[in-house]
Amino acid sequence: MPALPSRKAPQPAATNPASIRNFCIIAHIDHGKSTLADRMLQITEVVDARNMREQYLDRMDIERERGITIKSQAVRLPWTSDTDGKDYILNMIDTPGHVDFTYEVSRSLAACEGAILLVDCAQGIEAQTLANLYLAMENNLTIIPVLNKIDLPAAQPEKFAAELAKLIGCKPEDCLRVSGKTGEGVRELLDEIVKQIPAPTGDSAKPARALIFDSVYDTYRGVVTYVRVVDGKLSPRDQILMLSTGVKHEMLEVGVISPEPIASNGLGVGEVGYLITGVKDVRQSRVGDTVTTATKPATEALAGYKDPKPMVFSGLYPIDGDEYPVLRDALEKLQLNDAALVYEPETSAALGFGFRCGFLGLLHMEIVRERLEREFNLSLISTAPNVVYRVLTDENHEMIVTNPSEYPSGKVAQVFEPVVRATVLSPSEFIGTIMELCQQRRGTLLGMDYLSEDRIEIRYKLPLAEIVFDFFDQLKSRTRGYASLDYEPTGEEEGDLVKVDILLQGDTVDAFSAIVHREKAYAYGVTMTQKLRELIPRQQFEVPIQAAIGSRIIARENIRAIRKDVLAKCYGGDITRKRKLLEKQKEGKKRMKMVGRVEVPQEAFIAALSTNAESEKSKTKK
Amino acid sequence: MTTPPLSFYVHIPYCLSRCGYCDFNTYTPAELGQSGLARTELSSRYMMAAIGEIERARRIIGESSTVPTIFIGGGTPSLMEPRDIAATIESIAKHFAIDGSCEITMEANPDTVDRENLAGFIAAGVNRFSFGVQSAKSSVLKVLERTHAKESVTNALESADSLGVKDLSIDLIYGTPGESMDDLSETLDFALSLPINHISAYALIVESGTRLARRIESGEIARPDDDEMAEKYRMIDQRLSEQGLHWYELSNWSRPGGQSRHNQVYWRGGQWWGIGPGAHSFVAGRRWWNIKSPIRYIEAISSDHSVEADSETLTEENVRDERIMLMLRLRDGLRRSDLTESQLKVVERFIESGGIEIESWKRGELVLTVEGRLIADRIVRDLVAL
Repeated sequence: MPALPSRKAPQPAATNPASIRNFCIIAHIDHGKSTLADRMLQITEVVDARNMREQYLDRMDIERERGITIKSQAVRLPWTSDTDGKDYILNMIDTPGHVDFTYEVSRSLAACEGAILLVDCAQGIEAQTLANLYLAMENNLTIIPVLNKIDLPAAQPEKFAAELAKLIGCKPEDCLRVSGKTGEGVRELLDEIVKQIPAPTGDSAKPARALIFDSVYDTYRGVVTYVRVVDGKLSPRDQILMLSTGVKHEMLEVGVISPEPIASNGLGVGEVGYLITGVKDVRQSRVGDTVTTATKPATEALAGYKDPKPMVFSGLYPIDGDEYPVLRDALEKLQLNDAALVYEPETSAALGFGFRCGFLGLLHMEIVRERLEREFNLSLISTAPNVVYRVLTDENHEMIVTNPSEYPSGKVAQVFEPVVRATVLSPSEFIGTIMELCQQRRGTLLGMDYLSEDRIEIRYKLPLAEIVFDFFDQLKSRTRGYASLDYEPTGEEEGDLVKVDILLQGDTVDAFSAIVHREKAYAYGVTMTQKLRELIPRQQFEVPIQAAIGSRIIARENIRAIRKDVLAKCYGGDITRKRKLLEKQKEGKKRMKMVGRVEVPQEAFIAALSTNAESEKSKTKK
Repeated sequence: MTTPPLSFYVHIPYCLSRCGYCDFNTYTPAELGQSGLARTELSSRYMMAAIGEIERARRIIGESSTVPTIFIGGGTPSLMEPRDIAATIESIAKHFAIDGSCEITMEANPDTVDRENLAGFIAAGVNRFSFGVQSAKSSVLKVLERTHAKESVTNALESADSLGVKDLSIDLIYGTPGESMDDLSETLDFALSLPINHISAYALIVESGTRLARRIESGEIARPDDDEMAEKYRMIDQRLSEQGLHWYELSNWSRPGGQSRHNQVYWRGGQWWGIGPGAHSFVAGRRWWNIKSPIRYIEAISSDHSVEADSETLTEENVRDERIMLMLRLRDGLRRSDLTESQLKVVERFIESGGIEIESWKRGELVLTVEGRLIADRIVRDLVAL
């Protein structure tokens, strides 16, 4: 048993690459990654019992509450192997766990030589995990299959060991069995990491090259950049250079996380740590970029750098129009920490002043919205999410449309929409149901494989817009929650798409315009007009609610004019009651929005827009 | 400096039975566990307490004021003994100043009056009666759970008329589920045949907690329809105007000189003291209301305790809002000079949409058209929410 390994452990910038093991953990939400990480922190004694808390590495409230990791972390764990008694440095790189952050996952993977494939042995592998597993295999990572939660009564380690073995081509008995909760098998796992995962290779004599795999804004320290050194060395006094932008920064601090930040004399080949340069915005220190030194710069960047590209757009509006400046400041602050978030001011006739925001996906959107509401105390209305369309007009003019209300009316020659390759994992009894759903959503079957006797992997090509709508909810409800979904963008395809406008008394309500497939336009029009008829109070005049494609009306409802809006009686005893009612109505009236002459309570907008938003919420919790 | 006039409302919190639509603060003897009590005994005990509160009022205010109007409402005031009503009016006269011009109204249920007790009430000082008629159709009265027959209405009004009372009014309720346009028309014919100079016609309001509300909730009877209410209001306004009864408040029509002065005290921001359980008062910018239970009320008065349940002091904004809210309902209420610039814009909008009379506005008076009266609450909202 090693006593206090940290005392004699190899120090940063002075660690032989041969004693380094860099690994990540690939796992589905709630398959126990954070708990396993907690045990590793305890067993390697970098956190003592007194300072231990649950989900130690998850920093944001949202991360803890939802059990997901949004930003990655990298922890240096000194470990004396029980096998050979030698001292090692294990760098655990915690990856984000959601499809929206696939690119960030891929950079985390690129910083490792090995991955632990962690699967809940009561549930089996999920689509998301499978996608990340494939990503890890593409990166030539050594995979260690691990079955977690063996302490659970419902555990079926044999069944899922067979499934994992088939997937990665090992023997079922090669799957380790651990319990993050009790700590059983975790020491053995640490030893297996040392044994199986290759040590990093790199040339310490070459110009420094380090891969940025995460970049986090800290209120006190500015941007903290997480890197993995490939070649050369980074030292505290270096001036560093970002290869993609050519921008130079002074290095203020370099160090490792263990699990709190500790400044070091630098980082050598194969090491993982952080840099602080005093920049205030994560966009100046982008994930995937290569860091080198200004004095002896590398010329060739590490492979794989990509600009994050927003896939899903939505308008965000403060419910109280006075809060617009607060929203603007809040978005500015969030962007410091979120290179993928884009936004620009937008004015909606119906919702007032707000921002059109671009997100990596639905979860990203929801996290941003939740952070805005929670950390900045904002109440927001968001429009239904939409994807990006490329429109070619009859004059062969190209437009990129991120807001349905900007979609050109008429003269559209071609429209292209993003498509994804979706993978669904499910018990095989739901094959029919899943295929039916995908077919309804304009899907094309790409292939199907049995993972085991009763579990199946189905691959479809689907328009992203269909997934953004309510695909995941439908999938979950039709498979009683058993199916899991992953998707990756594969480009764009031409679609038979039209814009449906919703008109109130002849005026378009921009917040309700939607781009939909021609065959679904009618259904959308009918649903929205009916919904609005229920939600909008009667006015002094008749209000027609119409759904239209261009100038063609496809659905119509009517709100009859109000005939009577008066309380008959008003005695002495009624006055107070009547005035109190009036005061309430006065408040309500401040929240009325005018669409032309029509007064629409804000609640009506929220309710009409909410069906999607609510389904988003249930989505990530499942 | 003279003290401002002070009107009195005297609440009689008793009924022989409760009507299904009613949510007033009124009780049957059985509900109060007083079924054994003789009516005369109930009357004298209660009116004694009322007199106790009149005396308190005098002590609290500290000086006398002119009393322009008294309104004895309920409940069923005609259940009280004429001598007890007389003692109450005498007490107001003793502690405050009443002269011959004082309007003293009493609400009466046609079933509980005859020539004899009407004469008694008149002798006590009552010079105006308001009878609860509601409808001339027995089918409608049945839904409302009213007990009286049409004949007793005719008798009661003819008796009062022959006893020389000039100011006679009736209450009507329209829009009762099942009431047809023809039913209402018949009711109006009947009303116009009576010797009256005033009609209050109220749209049926389904108050939560009433038996009517429960019956509608359960689907037993239909919910009153707003569009139909509007049609009925128009019919009432048209028929009454044709017969010389003109609107002076949204739900009140009168022959010239027949307007209720008491109700106008409420609407025009005057002062009044409400006597009795649950009664509201408004004196010197403060509004308060009494405890609701008649039993606790009587106990409190007899041990000389306050009967106030709660109160509010109106802010400037409250006063402004209430003024618009109440005065807009009057034919002769708001004037152009009462309104702010932004309120004038709202008025223009409603003139355009036909809610406000253009001719009167040209003279500087804000008068609602029949369309405007039907959406008066909306106009109020638009005027105050600026």
